[in-house]
Amino acid sequence: MSSFNKKLWVGILVLAVLAPIGLVLPRSFQSGDAWGEWGTETLGKLLGYVPEGFKRTADLWKAPVRDYNLGSESASLPAQSGYYILSAFIGIVLAAGIMYVLSRMLLKRK
Amino acid sequence: MHIPDGYLSPQTYVPLYAVWVSFFGVALKKIKNELAAKHVPYLAMAAAFSFLIMMFNIPVPGGTTGHAVGAGIVALLLGPWTAVVAISVVLVIQALVFGDGGITSLGANCFNMAIVIPFVSYWTFRAVKGKDAGTRHIFAASFLAGYLGLSVAALITAVEFGIQPLIAHGADGRPLYAPYPLSVTVPAMAVTHLLAFSIFEGLVTALLFTYFVRHENIPLYAMKRGGL
Repeated sequence: MSSFNKKLWVGILVLAVLAPIGLVLPRSFQSGDAWGEWGTETLGKLLGYVPEGFKRTADLWKAPVRDYNLGSESASLPAQSGYYILSAFIGIVLAAGIMYVLSRMLLKRK
Repeated sequence: MHIPDGYLSPQTYVPLYAVWVSFFGVALKKIKNELAAKHVPYLAMAAAFSFLIMMFNIPVPGGTTGHAVGAGIVALLLGPWTAVVAISVVLVIQALVFGDGGITSLGANCFNMAIVIPFVSYWTFRAVKGKDAGTRHIFAASFLAGYLGLSVAALITAVEFGIQPLIAHGADGRPLYAPYPLSVTVPAMAVTHLLAFSIFEGLVTALLFTYFVRHENIPLYAMKRGGL
């Protein structure tokens, strides 16, 4: 690996370790969800009802690692920060891995 | 900006799926023509970087959060077509593995973040940069590229939300999907993005791009002569 590539990978690893900033900062300001990304319960509270079509499709998919949290929702903030870093690494491996395989396939078909 | 399941009607998400799949197909062809083995690590890193930068949620007054996408910088460094593929891959992982963004709305989310941002960013940069620009000029052009890319995507997302009550409502007149009209969705998305998240996307784009221009002697897509 060239020293330039090594430098970039180090940058990516540093970002992964710092990722919990993106979890802790919103918590400390008690920010809720991103606008328009509320779950069924929150939307019900906001509106006083849950739209019919929403009810049918909202829980279509059960993601294995919901909210980048490998533990329970009630896990402590330090624990969740650890899970957040783990999620970052899962994301790096999957994103880089899929792109690697995909571009290798494209190269072969040239 | 990751629209969850339940917010978009099929009349909205089905066509956007079709648009995304078509763009993705064209992108694969375009990339294949220019791809060399030495590019492969950069494509992998671009996707990893975008995944990570989206984890940095920024709180803003009003009790909401947002984040940069990193699609602007990927478009400037590696080209908008590469960004279409890299950011799409990230959005698929986020939806399937982490429940960030819906499955039905995946096409819409990819349209907003993996198509709109890369092309708006790239075109903005090319339009503003001019010929033989200095570092400061490049910084300004790349900031504007990231800023406008995310802002336009946020406005399009707001329109997708806001047209739902017009498209689909039940017998009682209540909306079936996203409940708020355009008069609510557009200001909500515009204010938070124009005043906060897009500035962050602009800074990420400009700081990284000027770093690459200054310190690294490698060809950068947006600095090529000609281009798209």
